[in-house]
Amino acid sequence: MPLTATVAHARDARGRRAGVGPATHAGPTRRRRPRVRFTPYLFIAPGFALFALLIAYPMVRAFQMSFYDWQIVQGAASKFTGLDNYVKAYHDPIFWRALVNSGAYMALTVPAQVALGLAVAMLLKAKAPGRALFRALFYLPVVTSWVVVSLLFQYLFADSGLVNYGLHDVLHITAHNTSWLSGRWTALFAIAALGTWKGIGWSMMIFLAALQAVPRELEESAAVDGANTWRRFRAVTLPAIWPAMVFVTVMLVIGGFNVFISVLLMTGGGPADQTQVLLTYMYKQAFTNLDFGYGSAIAIVLTALVFVLSVVQMRIMRRTFDDGVAP
Amino acid sequence: MTTASVARVRVAVPRYVVLIVGAAIMVIPFLYMLSTSFKAQQYVLTTPPQFIPHPVTASNYTAAWQSNHFGRYFLNSVVVAVVSTALSLLLSSMMAFGFARFRFAGRELLFRLLLLGLMIPAMMLIIPQFVLAKYLGLLDSYGGLVVFYVGSSLALNTFLLRGFFESIPMELEQAMEIDGARAVTRYFRLILPLSKPVLATATIFTFLASWDEFAWALTIINSPEKRTLPLAIQLFQGQNQTLWGLVFAASAIAVIPVLVIFLIFQRYFVQGLTAGALKG
Repeated sequence: MPLTATVAHARDARGRRAGVGPATHAGPTRRRRPRVRFTPYLFIAPGFALFALLIAYPMVRAFQMSFYDWQIVQGAASKFTGLDNYVKAYHDPIFWRALVNSGAYMALTVPAQVALGLAVAMLLKAKAPGRALFRALFYLPVVTSWVVVSLLFQYLFADSGLVNYGLHDVLHITAHNTSWLSGRWTALFAIAALGTWKGIGWSMMIFLAALQAVPRELEESAAVDGANTWRRFRAVTLPAIWPAMVFVTVMLVIGGFNVFISVLLMTGGGPADQTQVLLTYMYKQAFTNLDFGYGSAIAIVLTALVFVLSVVQMRIMRRTFDDGVAP
Repeated sequence: MTTASVARVRVAVPRYVVLIVGAAIMVIPFLYMLSTSFKAQQYVLTTPPQFIPHPVTASNYTAAWQSNHFGRYFLNSVVVAVVSTALSLLLSSMMAFGFARFRFAGRELLFRLLLLGLMIPAMMLIIPQFVLAKYLGLLDSYGGLVVFYVGSSLALNTFLLRGFFESIPMELEQAMEIDGARAVTRYFRLILPLSKPVLATATIFTFLASWDEFAWALTIINSPEKRTLPLAIQLFQGQNQTLWGLVFAASAIAVIPVLVIFLIFQRYFVQGLTAGALKG
């Protein structure tokens, strides 16, 4: 029934087609029907076929591979090992460390990007001289490639680099030069600093667009009622931009768990696997140890984790204002 | 009058101070990178650091350009990015047209599958994609780069373009239809010309994604002559001692086209970003 309805609807839109087309000996009704049925598929088929082969099929394949002791070598038979790869992850201390590191990176970068991005967006909300310039400058790191900025931050956080010079020689905060990239937490901090620095411009852009859509009258009437800046922000602005807040947070959490290039280039997961995150560890298992099955299992765990986190976040955040609970 | 303008200044000055400090944090690393790219190796990690290189040398740029066929890598990146972008735009605009202008069985299902692809980060699929590329004989080839860059950009572009196509009034198309125009004609003669802004947005995003892509190229490319720019830059990073001047000269060469594109087409960046945000 719904199928017939959609076909009929499509024919209505195309109903004036009579007389067009090569099959002149068939009646108009019979001629129109196949045209309507096939035309959209012809437009969609080439792209969708490629998508199905290169994206959808690998999704299924990753799941399948995670249950095998996968052999990449030509001719060698892969062995079905059930949940072995997942059990292996469960007993692998480096896997857990990588999970904690990914989580720590996410916890360090997401709040910072949300808060700073929103703060900059609030400052740039009103039309003022230099607004476009500032917007461009804050967005600059976003468009620069991860490879370039990762190497740049490796240089800035080098033992005798600019960061140590600032903290030790100029500000005298640290007693001696910190070897940032050779300790687990200092290295994660440096990597998170890069992630935050590179990401502020993106969240700023989204918040700016959302802020433009907030009706001015609302904020003005709140001001007339005597609400101070902070209360105005909480009562008027924040609820109005909440969908953007949900979007930014969910995207940043996903992005946080997907940190890869910066870790690979700044520490390589080292020293001694101390700074592995889930994706660098997955990459190492697959392409250094050639353990494709285990690598796939790590990817599946990560996908599942990100999916669950996104759903939970959206549930919680979407409810915030419906229930009248201020954040 | 005076109290109002005094109040305005009291708000404006701190705002600009904060903005300038923030913008400086964003920009100084780049300026320092440029500065280092003009330093000789013995001056790259001195204490105190040199902010203005002394002596200034362009030797890093000549060395970067001449070493290991850097020009070739630049060309590789240009060709791969241009071909990927062109193919992706063609295929995704066709898909977007199909989704925006027709009702057919399976439409919702197919579109939801595309959205699912939008949510799965590229890195999650790199292992099965590698196995697939091996099976298809695409390892260590430009084709392997192009095909997968197109594949991974299709979902986002289709999503972006469909939204715009749906906003084009149906009446224009119906008028063409009465005149006997087929779907292909309407797509090429009406929809595409009317969609130049959104096509520009998709072009920029796809081009930059291909231009900057690193993980996939690192995984499938072995032959030195097939490297793209990100791979070449990363290889300047040494195991023990990195030649920072060389790294940043090479980086500057790779980043400058991106910055030019960004500064010229700024507004398209904003459109692309917000299309995702306001619908997602």
